[in-house]
Amino acid sequence: MTDNKLIDLVNITKSFGDTVVLDELNLYIRENEFLTLLGPSGCGKTTTLRIIGGFETPNKGQVIFEGKDITKLPSNERQLNTVFQKYALFNHMTISENIAFGLKIKKKSKIYIQDKIKYALKLVNLDGFENRMPDSLSGGQQQRIAIARAIVNEPKVLLLDEPLGALDLKLRQDMQYELIRLKNELGITFVYVTHDQEEALTMSDTIVVMNQGYIQQVGTPEDIYNEPKNAFVADFIGDSNIIPSLMVEDKLVNILGVNFPCVDIGFGRNKPVDVVIRPEDIDLVKPEHGIVTGRVTSLLFKGVHYEMEVTANGREWLVHSTDLFPVGSEVGIHVDPYDIQIMNKPESEDEEAALIVE
Amino acid sequence: MVKKFFSRFYIGIILLFLYAPIVILIVLSFNASKSRSKWGGFTFKWYHELFQNEDIMAALTTTLIIAFTSALIATLLGTAAAIAMNSMKKTPRTILLAITNVPMLNADIVTGISLMLIFVALNFTLGFTSVLLAHITFNIPYVILSVMPKLKQLNSHTFEAAQDLGASPLYAFFKVILPDIFPGVLSGFFLAFTMSLDDFVITHFTKGPEINTLSTKIYTEVRKGIKPEIYALSTIMFVTVLLLLIFINRRKADKNAPIRKV
Repeated sequence: MTDNKLIDLVNITKSFGDTVVLDELNLYIRENEFLTLLGPSGCGKTTTLRIIGGFETPNKGQVIFEGKDITKLPSNERQLNTVFQKYALFNHMTISENIAFGLKIKKKSKIYIQDKIKYALKLVNLDGFENRMPDSLSGGQQQRIAIARAIVNEPKVLLLDEPLGALDLKLRQDMQYELIRLKNELGITFVYVTHDQEEALTMSDTIVVMNQGYIQQVGTPEDIYNEPKNAFVADFIGDSNIIPSLMVEDKLVNILGVNFPCVDIGFGRNKPVDVVIRPEDIDLVKPEHGIVTGRVTSLLFKGVHYEMEVTANGREWLVHSTDLFPVGSEVGIHVDPYDIQIMNKPESEDEEAALIVE
Repeated sequence: MVKKFFSRFYIGIILLFLYAPIVILIVLSFNASKSRSKWGGFTFKWYHELFQNEDIMAALTTTLIIAFTSALIATLLGTAAAIAMNSMKKTPRTILLAITNVPMLNADIVTGISLMLIFVALNFTLGFTSVLLAHITFNIPYVILSVMPKLKQLNSHTFEAAQDLGASPLYAFFKVILPDIFPGVLSGFFLAFTMSLDDFVITHFTKGPEINTLSTKIYTEVRKGIKPEIYALSTIMFVTVLLLLIFINRRKADKNAPIRKV
């Protein structure tokens, strides 16, 4: 990944009828970056991708590609290719013909096309599939052909619209590794759309969390997970305990009436905040060693860990632990200062929006 | 066993009632005797005479030209209409589809008379053109009806995918959309062709005195008294339509069969 901006979205606004899907969106994508647009359905992530791809025109704003304004350029003249959610292979053509489609339009020589088909099929581990028809392939194979069809055109950017959405879990995990490998071998920019936070955390260099047409947070997977900017991000990425609290002073926060030491500074004195504590960051200890004490109310075995709910100071705390505490047992809750993440509390929706835009 | 026998017997009876008149017609077309009640031996005489009859041959040519031309134009218009309707929002699409279906369900005589009235009102001379226009009109719904399901099956992203790979919208349509819906387009064409070939009522009201199609020709001939050539002509028409229908249905059956080309 370099620091060169490849794509720059400037003040993009898009609405369908009365519904505003994107509101003054600003985002840049760097060369060679794996950027993921992550959010629930209807958050505007697919629309953003379609605007980059040239399938939608924004009502306002500009799409800059390598310094040139391409907002009005039709999709067939853009130097990027898309992998669609449901593959969108051409069913009446063989796999070779599918892959050759873009190259034939560009009037490449027969030998060049043959070489490219071979290379692309090898790259997606489907050598020998040249003369098969799309409907004789499994979903995973079809998706790889869709990727092969896109990359033979040597795009600078590959746009992927929930490409693994239709595959089963095991295949999805395999394909995640495949995509990372492909990205490294090709050395091009990937813009990836998904609602699956795990997919986003696994593959991305940068994650853009979106909700209701606004960007909530941009950052590395570690940033997004460990230091969510607001309650939405914290809640959307993984499980978490989000507790309205009071920042007493620097490095001290009052959670449900009990003072917890933390590491955050600069929030002011006696300021209402939201606290995020990841369930795996809560340590269950003997009652006398805890900062607060509570009682285990439910216990689930999840494979890698136990998932427990502990009632303490009038609230359910979600806890992930490899140690088992039976239902009804008295436990102490301990949280290390650096595991407490403090977030500003938005006082109104407008302020929330303002927070996000900054 | 008994139940099976009765159900077969029942089907047999139905088929007998349905097809007996046509079988009699076919048999009579090969009857050497002019009598309708006596078998005078097998002959191709009527067929021979039929092809010597210039009036009937002229009607045949007209029929084929009208059937082919109207089917072709209706296929072009109907396919374009179906594509446009498919990309509409649900409510306008449903309403439009219902409107286009009306001519199919409408009694032929109503369609025929109303078409005649509009031609007359516009001072349009009834003749070849008016028949052709009428046939195009009633053929379009059949084309829409057979193209629409194919369009619905289409992955909505294939058109975009083609453009994404550098195709112009027109190139994308001919290379990607048309091949996928072509079976439906072809079925629509043959269905329209058959309907046109088959039509009497609408043609009768819109044709004027100058021209005749086979069905209107038969009608006028019959009024003068039935000649055995008419049996021969009717037999040929029946067989042609039958073959066309078998062909269309076979195509549909093939498409539904789960075939996988490797």
